[in-house]
Amino acid sequence: MLTYAVRRLFGAVPTLFVIVTLAFFMMRLAPGGPFDGERMVPAEIEANLLRAYELDRPLLAQYAAYLGGVLTGDLGPSFKYKDFSVGELIRNGLPVSLRIGGIAIVGAALAGATLGSIAALRRNTVLDRALMTGAIAGVAVPTFVVAPFLSLVFGVYLAWLPVAGWGDGQWRHLVLPVVALALPQVAYVARLTRAGLIEILRSDFIRTARAKGLPERAVLFRHALRGALLPVVSYLGPATAGILTGSVVIEQIFGLPGIGRHFVQGALNRDYTLVMGVVVFYGALIILFNLVVDLLYGALDPRVRYD
Amino acid sequence: MEVRSAVAGRSPGADAWRRLRRNRAALTAGAVLAAIAAACLLGPLLHPVPPGEVFWDAIQSPPDIAAGHPFGTDANGRDILARTLHGGRVSLAVGLAATLVSLVIGVAWGSVAGYAGGRVDAVMMRIVDVLYALPFMFFVILLMVFFGRNILLIFVAIGAVAWLDMARIVRGQTLSIKRLPYIEAARAGGLGSAAIIRRHVVPNALGPVVVYATLTVPKVILLESLLSFLGLGVREPATSWGVLIGDGVANMERAPWMLVFPAGFLAATLFCLNFLGDGLRDALDPRDP
Repeated sequence: MLTYAVRRLFGAVPTLFVIVTLAFFMMRLAPGGPFDGERMVPAEIEANLLRAYELDRPLLAQYAAYLGGVLTGDLGPSFKYKDFSVGELIRNGLPVSLRIGGIAIVGAALAGATLGSIAALRRNTVLDRALMTGAIAGVAVPTFVVAPFLSLVFGVYLAWLPVAGWGDGQWRHLVLPVVALALPQVAYVARLTRAGLIEILRSDFIRTARAKGLPERAVLFRHALRGALLPVVSYLGPATAGILTGSVVIEQIFGLPGIGRHFVQGALNRDYTLVMGVVVFYGALIILFNLVVDLLYGALDPRVRYD
Repeated sequence: MEVRSAVAGRSPGADAWRRLRRNRAALTAGAVLAAIAAACLLGPLLHPVPPGEVFWDAIQSPPDIAAGHPFGTDANGRDILARTLHGGRVSLAVGLAATLVSLVIGVAWGSVAGYAGGRVDAVMMRIVDVLYALPFMFFVILLMVFFGRNILLIFVAIGAVAWLDMARIVRGQTLSIKRLPYIEAARAGGLGSAAIIRRHVVPNALGPVVVYATLTVPKVILLESLLSFLGLGVREPATSWGVLIGDGVANMERAPWMLVFPAGFLAATLFCLNFLGDGLRDALDPRDP
């Protein structure tokens, strides 16, 4: 198990390397520099600026420096937020994004598994159809439609919850962003759970469990769900990517000071280093989560062997 | 002597069509989708208001059929119905074009990898694996940031992102197809590898590819509108549903109609495409009765 984890960790290195390399050379291929603005800058000042950000060195030297920086956790200075490094901006935003994303993903897994199990156990009833139609809607209707809608209904019309803002992270400010962020994942997890459980409930070992007189509750919780939730576990990797993508939108809509908002602002301001830094950070996070999910999968499914 | 069975045979295609027709949800979805597409294509002929025209006497006015603005107007006095229909053309076009790009790359990549096998296959699929692990939405945004926002780049960027799944599916199909006797016959007949892939492998792998393409279109439309919503996609004066929803969110407290109509069109389209894709997948699944 340990050797497998170590090997997978090394397997992730090339992927991360590709991310950094692609991001770096895409930026260098881009027409125009980061300091092209409406204002004409005298040549000497521009040279100083380029020197300050080490943009006057040979391309390969810059690339090597950036790679070295990434290895030591230094993502360079932000081009637009003058007094901040990209690392500081990410560290500032991380607690906000982590809190919302963490609650959303745990909540989505629990709610999705529950709703999916209910649908599977009440298969082909009105309840099942309603849940599954809702699940397709949850997958199909984008976050940036759901979020403003929730904000409009619960924030403006009913005025139960704040329309937007962070408010030091009180729960009232968390509810709408978390719900909007989690909904598509709830829908997806519910569909996966339903499909998995229906398949498992047909299998021989469930018949055996029933035949030996286990109560239905024990059959479900001790035998069936464990197998049915395996696809859900392996979905948690992509779900993380989905939550990250969603958080970019959610933080923008609800005006939350997280990493996603920095990312969008950076993209709109052509803050190259910030955008690259966030992409590298997100990439590393997704790779890490996929690794954790694979290890977890092995722990849950006794058929998986590490060799 | 000719022997004919008394029972008329049923082709797999006819079977699939029969199953699809029984699936009322998928059929309804298809009909709604056709209606939306027709409205976007032909609607501007019936409602000939230019999407950029400013009505100075109707700034941000609510929906009013008598006044000629059935969906109302936006903060600049532009007709929302006209903008929704024109934006729909862009969104649908991006969806179809980018899916086509992904289809071409994915089918070529997957069929070559699967047919060649061995080391070529290993290297090609390893590349797909590595690319698969990249946070793609963010790379598309990087592209938009670095190279400026133009619609052609959006097609290419999204299409280049979406081909990975397609390549995997086609490779899987190719692996099973290439062992079939008719491939052997083609090779024995002296046909080259390229011709075999083009004339025999690809056409026979198309079924699952079509289904997957149906499910790719909504993903692509979603990605485009997400970019446009964030202000990183389609640029004024061109518009798309994402742009309109972004405008709508900014004004939703005062003018909810600016959000409701474009969001409704987008949501309905995505919903129907997903239903239709699911229905097609079920219909083409021969294990179903």
